[in-house]
Amino acid sequence: MLRFVLARLSQSAITLLLFSVVIFGLARATGDPLTLVLPMVATEEDFANARRYLGLDRPLYAQYVTFVGRAATGDFGTSIRSRRPVVELLRERLPNSLALAAFSMAVSLLIAFPLGVLAAVRRGTALDSGAKVLATLGQSLPTFWVGIVLIEVVAGRLQWLPAGGSGSLAHYILPGFTLGWFVVAGLMRLLRSAMLEVLDAEYVTTARAKGASEVSVVWRHALRNALIPVVTFAGVYFAILVTSAIVVETVFAWPGMGRLAYEAITGRDFPVIQAVVLVTAAIVVTVNFAVDLLYAVIDPRIGLAS
Amino acid sequence: MPVIPVMIIAAFVLLALAAGRLSPADPYAQSLRARLAPPVWAADGSWAHPLGTDRLGRDLLSRIIFGARVSLTAGVVTVLLAGLVGAAVGLLAGYYRGRIGSLLMRLTDATLALPVILLALVLAVTAGPSFVNVVIAIGAILWARYARVVYGEVLALMERDFIAQARLTGCSDRRIILVHLLPNTLPSLLVLLSLQIGYVIIVEASLSFLGAGIPPPTPAWGSMIAEGRDYVASAWWVSFFPGLAILLVVLAFNLVGDWLRDELDPKLHHL
Repeated sequence: MLRFVLARLSQSAITLLLFSVVIFGLARATGDPLTLVLPMVATEEDFANARRYLGLDRPLYAQYVTFVGRAATGDFGTSIRSRRPVVELLRERLPNSLALAAFSMAVSLLIAFPLGVLAAVRRGTALDSGAKVLATLGQSLPTFWVGIVLIEVVAGRLQWLPAGGSGSLAHYILPGFTLGWFVVAGLMRLLRSAMLEVLDAEYVTTARAKGASEVSVVWRHALRNALIPVVTFAGVYFAILVTSAIVVETVFAWPGMGRLAYEAITGRDFPVIQAVVLVTAAIVVTVNFAVDLLYAVIDPRIGLAS
Repeated sequence: MPVIPVMIIAAFVLLALAAGRLSPADPYAQSLRARLAPPVWAADGSWAHPLGTDRLGRDLLSRIIFGARVSLTAGVVTVLLAGLVGAAVGLLAGYYRGRIGSLLMRLTDATLALPVILLALVLAVTAGPSFVNVVIAIGAILWARYARVVYGEVLALMERDFIAQARLTGCSDRRIILVHLLPNTLPSLLVLLSLQIGYVIIVEASLSFLGAGIPPPTPAWGSMIAEGRDYVASAWWVSFFPGLAILLVVLAFNLVGDWLRDELDPKLHHL
């Protein structure tokens, strides 16, 4: 077990290092950041002073080491636009993003569960293909378009829900649904194939032979075992939700990390961009790591040595 | 065979190829008199602009037809590029294994964890928005999926007798990889290619929507939706129809991909 954990940990660390190189490289490959900060009238000498002051005159590898060292201790520098420490901005926005992702996850599970189970039980019927089309539809809709349509119809014409912003539970519904529907297809397909596999298993036949009702067979015996792959993949989908929220957060003016990233990118606020991408990557890597561990614990057939 | 989705794809391919002849008007021609004209079935609509016009009076139908070029080309080119790189990495890592193999797969796993839209946005903004940058940004992350799948297949294939026999008869490494391994991974590659075209079209549209994709005035569905966003309450058609086009094409590709997956290999449900 320890070896397994260590191997996965080192893999996660490599992933994060790769990220930091990519991010650092991209930020430097775009020309002199000083041209964005210093006024037009700045002289050569001003540039040289600023460069020395910010440490930009040092060799690239030295700058990189400083960057990684500071990032590891949570110091991402100061935002160029708002002049506030990046950590402060992250502390404000990250909880909002995680909350929205959690709500979306709940929405997609709520839709995917009945659809997946019914599609498996009524396999090959119109209900099965109907469920599949409904799920595939969610995957085929651009989230920003769904968002615009929902804002216009539900918030604008019907005035049922707020169009954007945050504050109450009602604010979660539209963005949560928009984001959640996008991953229903994957979850539903996973649940359907897991259920199909389990429904053929011997213990389900035994339960049936013992006279258990069909409802109990499907929802108690079969579903419980079909949950294993779904639980583990739910982690992966959560990571997808966190990372793909940028579009939905922009459309719904949700004060999360996605919108922070969008604002930073359009404003060329490089310290913020670096921090957001690194934090997002860290979330994905952490979730993947946790899922791997969970999978190994739940399912003893997974070799810990591999 | 899913007839309707295939027909939808064929129709859009035709539109993209013959956009110049099929579109009723010049997609760039502005007409301030005909700003935000409604579609033909509305009370004051006319056949001059079947789907209405945008805020600059440009014909929406023509812009959607020309937009098909951008979306389909982006989808196909990106997926082929990613498939080529990914297949090569998967084949090499699976065949040689050892240190090179595990290094390649570490890189693959790390790439899989990268957030596609975020990184594509960073690249688009730093290198400037353009068609080529969109393709590179998405492709630079997407290849890892193909590498993972091909690698898994190659590992299984290497245990089979025909590979050992090919080795015994003196086949070169190159011949084994290209003639014996590659064709056997084609079914899953094909399924993945068809399933990812739709995804790429959505990502490209998202980037264009955020202003980091295809720069204006080139008609791209994502940026058309963004342009119509401020007029949704008064002129809903400007944002609505480009979104409908995305939905139709992506749904068609996804349904064909699902069908291919079930036909070619029922075991591929994890893709």
